[in-house]
Amino acid sequence: MRRGWTLTILAGFGFVFLYAPILSLVVYSFNDSRLVTVWAGFSTRWYAALFTDRAILNAAWVSLQIGVVSATLATALGTLAALVLTRFGRFTGRLLLTGMATAPLVMPEVITGLSLLLLFVSMELTLGWPAGRGMTTVIIAHTTFCMAFVTVIVASRLRDMDESLEEAARDLGAGPVRVFFDVTLPVIAPALVAGWLLAFTLSLDDLVIASFVSGPGASTLPIVVFSKVRLGVSPDINALATIIIAVVAVAVAIAGWQMTRAARRRRQGR
Amino acid sequence: MSAAPEPPAPRPRRWLPGPRWLVIAVPMAWLLLFFLVPFFVLGRISLSEPMIARPPYSPLWEVLADGTRVWLGNLENYRLLVEDTLYRNAYFSSIRIAAVSTVAALLIGYPMAYYIARAPEPRRTILLLLIILPFWTSFLLRVYAWIGFLQREGLINQALLGLGIIDAPLRMLNTDFAVYIGIVYTYLPFMILPLYANLVKLDEAFLEAAADLGAGPVTTFFTVTLPLSLPGIVAGCMLVFIPAIGEYVIPELLGASGTLMIGRVLWNEFFSANDWTMAAAVAVVMLFVVVAPIMWLQARIDRQGGGT
Repeated sequence: MRRGWTLTILAGFGFVFLYAPILSLVVYSFNDSRLVTVWAGFSTRWYAALFTDRAILNAAWVSLQIGVVSATLATALGTLAALVLTRFGRFTGRLLLTGMATAPLVMPEVITGLSLLLLFVSMELTLGWPAGRGMTTVIIAHTTFCMAFVTVIVASRLRDMDESLEEAARDLGAGPVRVFFDVTLPVIAPALVAGWLLAFTLSLDDLVIASFVSGPGASTLPIVVFSKVRLGVSPDINALATIIIAVVAVAVAIAGWQMTRAARRRRQGR
Repeated sequence: MSAAPEPPAPRPRRWLPGPRWLVIAVPMAWLLLFFLVPFFVLGRISLSEPMIARPPYSPLWEVLADGTRVWLGNLENYRLLVEDTLYRNAYFSSIRIAAVSTVAALLIGYPMAYYIARAPEPRRTILLLLIILPFWTSFLLRVYAWIGFLQREGLINQALLGLGIIDAPLRMLNTDFAVYIGIVYTYLPFMILPLYANLVKLDEAFLEAAADLGAGPVTTFFTVTLPLSLPGIVAGCMLVFIPAIGEYVIPELLGASGTLMIGRVLWNEFFSANDWTMAAAVAVVMLFVVVAPIMWLQARIDRQGGGT
């Protein structure tokens, strides 16, 4: 089994590569010293520093609000787009919508950010709206780029779904709106949840687009973090990272537990 | 999979503004206004000149006293883009850095994807979740973690010095090497997931057949596994290469001040030089030189039925 060993070692190296930096963030967030190189004993002072830092707390609140609103908008719009692309057959402008619904996936963030900023500035000059830049403009920008991800996820679920369910409902006299809410929506609900979570994460994570379209009062968490880490390592950011990693790890562990349970049930059912 | 095509119900009212039309109009209008129109604004502003004003660019038309309009736009920004080697170098070095990182991600990701695809069931799900987990944490913080690893007094230098492998600390942070590491690290899950999706479907019977016919493991890999996983390789490489090429954060945090990447040049034109018109011109060229070929290539791959 020489081949098996080489593979295991290579894969193991890959996992170490993936996790060593994350673990070092966690370990050094409990370091008493400001220097990353010196271990000066266990301490939680950086967590205390983090929770008294008004700039970071404000930014986190701004980011959460933007994330919830834009994920919700992106899920609604993305679901509509996915429905149109998979269920509406031919219509004028179909090709255009297909292109616009997926192009944001390959668009470099610097281009999306700059072009939206220039749009907002031009709109303000000609229409008087949006007045200045702030949370509204960030929400619009995030909704636009997150929507593409939702569209892809929901459209693939809609394609996999058994259309005879919808046909049966139609045959029984349900109108299109009723069919959507009573039949389609319950089936694609997991895809909507997945899409919302992805959109929320992408919105919370975005630095580049937000930097272009945000205004003075609406610094998001990544903008504040970036301005700090640009100057080098700072331990309170390690504490912030540890909190984020812990939240994500718990969420992923719950999801994983659910997945293995579902898989086991499926195997037993067979 | 019923044989009947679409039921003909909505056909008669196709051109009337009804609920169907409304459902199409909402996402269409949003994307037209916030995705398509911005590119025309981008093109328009790239024809202006920087000016000390708010917003900082010159108007395209000048209305004279007698009401005639004079066209003021010009291609000065594009002339500069072609003539100044800084921009050309930035485009080439973006492509180079993205390509090198993509190959490195493939070399690291392939064995991992293969290992996960061959793992027995409970372990396979856990390993997959371990690949996805870093993706859900903050991108910025994962790049930031490497500063502590690569810097002069960082963990890698300390370990190498402690083991006596090197005498003086290596310069790793603020080099192209650090940028490669940052890109590979950030986008590795995007490489592994499509590879895994492909490799998990690989029929073991092919491998057994190859072994029965006398092929060694290495021959089997290069003649059976690798060609069959080509769609996964293409999909994974696209998912790494595309975001890498416009990257700003990674070269800014980990690269040298001279590490030119086109996303960083655009950022600096806008934020440091406050030259919105030049930033717009850089973006327009990027659309045609980088984004358009990628979209064309992806459409071709999709039509061939491979990829994603």
